[in-house]
Amino acid sequence: MFDIDKWQEIFATIKKNKMRTFLTGFSVAWGIFMLMILLGAGNGLSNGVANNFMNDAVNAMWIWQGKTTLPYEGMKTGRNIMFYNQDQEIVQKVPGVGVSSGRYFMGNTRYSFGKESGEYTTITCQPHLRDVENLQIEKGRFINEIDIQQNRKVVVIGADIKTALFKEGEAIGEYVNINMVPFKVVGICTEPGSTRNRNAYMPLSTAQMIFNGNNRLHNLALTVNANTLEETKAIEEQIRTALGHQHKFDPKDESAIGLYNKLENYIQTMKIFQAIKIFIWIIGIGTLIAGIVGVSNIMLIVVKERTKEIGIRKALGASPSSVIGLILLESIMITTVAGYIGLVLGTGLMELINYFMVQSAGAAAATEQSETIFMNPTVDLNVAIYATLLLIVAGAFAGYIPAKRAASIKPIVALRDE
Amino acid sequence: MIKLNNIHKSYVMGSNSLHVLKGIDLNIEQGDFVSIMGSSGSGKSTLLNILGMLDTYDQGSYYLAGNLIQNMSEKKAAQYRNDLVGFVFQSFNLISFKNAMENVALPLYYKGVPRKKRNQIALEYLEKLGLKDWAEHMPNEMSGGQKQRVAIARALISQPKIILADEPTGALDTATSYEVMDILKEINDTGITVIIVTHEHDIAAMTRQIIRLKDGHIHEIIRNGELKQFQKSYMKELETA
Repeated sequence: MFDIDKWQEIFATIKKNKMRTFLTGFSVAWGIFMLMILLGAGNGLSNGVANNFMNDAVNAMWIWQGKTTLPYEGMKTGRNIMFYNQDQEIVQKVPGVGVSSGRYFMGNTRYSFGKESGEYTTITCQPHLRDVENLQIEKGRFINEIDIQQNRKVVVIGADIKTALFKEGEAIGEYVNINMVPFKVVGICTEPGSTRNRNAYMPLSTAQMIFNGNNRLHNLALTVNANTLEETKAIEEQIRTALGHQHKFDPKDESAIGLYNKLENYIQTMKIFQAIKIFIWIIGIGTLIAGIVGVSNIMLIVVKERTKEIGIRKALGASPSSVIGLILLESIMITTVAGYIGLVLGTGLMELINYFMVQSAGAAAATEQSETIFMNPTVDLNVAIYATLLLIVAGAFAGYIPAKRAASIKPIVALRDE
Repeated sequence: MIKLNNIHKSYVMGSNSLHVLKGIDLNIEQGDFVSIMGSSGSGKSTLLNILGMLDTYDQGSYYLAGNLIQNMSEKKAAQYRNDLVGFVFQSFNLISFKNAMENVALPLYYKGVPRKKRNQIALEYLEKLGLKDWAEHMPNEMSGGQKQRVAIARALISQPKIILADEPTGALDTATSYEVMDILKEINDTGITVIIVTHEHDIAAMTRQIIRLKDGHIHEIIRNGELKQFQKSYMKELETA
């Protein structure tokens, strides 16, 4: 294998047949190139969509009020279902539910600090909303239990609100007027994956008390602990049953409450991407096989062309194994080098695309909120290593039949061949 | 040196088989200079191939330098060929993309001699054959006689016991043929057994023993003294022709 003479023999023959070697190598390089591009594109799509899911916890679930469409226990259809504080407790008790938060909507709310003011969305919530929506605290803290218990007038504002109201100044500890009621700013937050942070969060209990909410809720946000589609479906079912029992509606009534199960979507989408990935590998390997068959084909011709030479070598004392080694190594060499070139070009192109995408994404983010469906379209190192190993194996495979044929050449037949 | 007992060889071609050698008994001593003659189809090339372990035989026994050559693995046969036999062919059979020196050095490659050393030895052999200046030339830049001398150098480099030459002068003009025969004679003088296959009487007459094959049998063996007789009758044949 590491016999310099053998390599010199191989390089000598390759040098003598540059065009043939190039064409052979090209088919393999092309195969790997395409595989890398396909994998990169697949990864990019997968990464992009997965990233969009990450805006909130992937196992988030939202439930909102609806109207019944099925009669239940003698009551007619068209009843409005309304949520109250205890509904959050009911949902929290359902097995499989992680954390939950009730939410009370306020319309547009005017925020003012000093001379600055603006209208922003206020989300009233319980502390666990942070987990459901994957909120990032830039500074300070989020709403906590004590805020809820003591109906504290505190608020966590989005980064954009802070910039608008406070400019460069310190916001934490200052009081902002929200619909003319002063609230103490305790934190600044951002939403991952979003370029707009124009929401403010305030304790549910405080909002209900100050803005006439009584014990009303508008919707519920929660996380579910499940790994499979079946598990999330089961939890969903139990939530419907529990709320149905409380509000007297048919658990089968899909309109009585609205429900969005993110995990279900996530699992389904990821399944699609898995299928796409498998599909890509099949196409890629198919392309590669075409390349390998090409190499095998050319090597067969090579053996045919070199029949006489191999006959001479055998007459001079070449053993069958040395002949096999000669052909096999040449085949491995061509596929590995050519494949590696394809690999480098393929991954290089994807890295280049990634580079330009990151730049343009940066530019887009500055102007507007953008949802990418394509992100980081690169292939990781493991895949490249596997591909290299695959190439060596493929080269050996491509060379095996021709090498066997070369080894079986009878010197007398070869020497007679004029 | 070479001992053949009742060697039979047939080639199967489709449904009918061709019986080429029909019982060859032959003894060739170390240092002999033998030519094998016969019309085409008489089995002379087949015999040479069997002697060179390039082909197998069906029946009988063949001893080469005390070793029974029978049912050998290809690897073993390759090793014997490398150690014991040097080949010279009618069409030279040099490897076209290697220069003269590399061609000569090739048998040593299969012996595992390092590149530098084997190229040096190859140069020595080329010098012996008067081709030192042509060492870097490719075969297609050389004349037939030069190519055959390179081939002879290649046959000699592994220091074989036997040189087997299949029509070594078949592709050469008369003057060059005689040159090549002179070289073979010199080789024979150093004690190496030389066996050539030829159909040219003048070439055969330069050897010391002629084996004439006819229809797969040894028709006659002409030795030393009788050789003079053969040469005379050959001259007569020429005159009458």
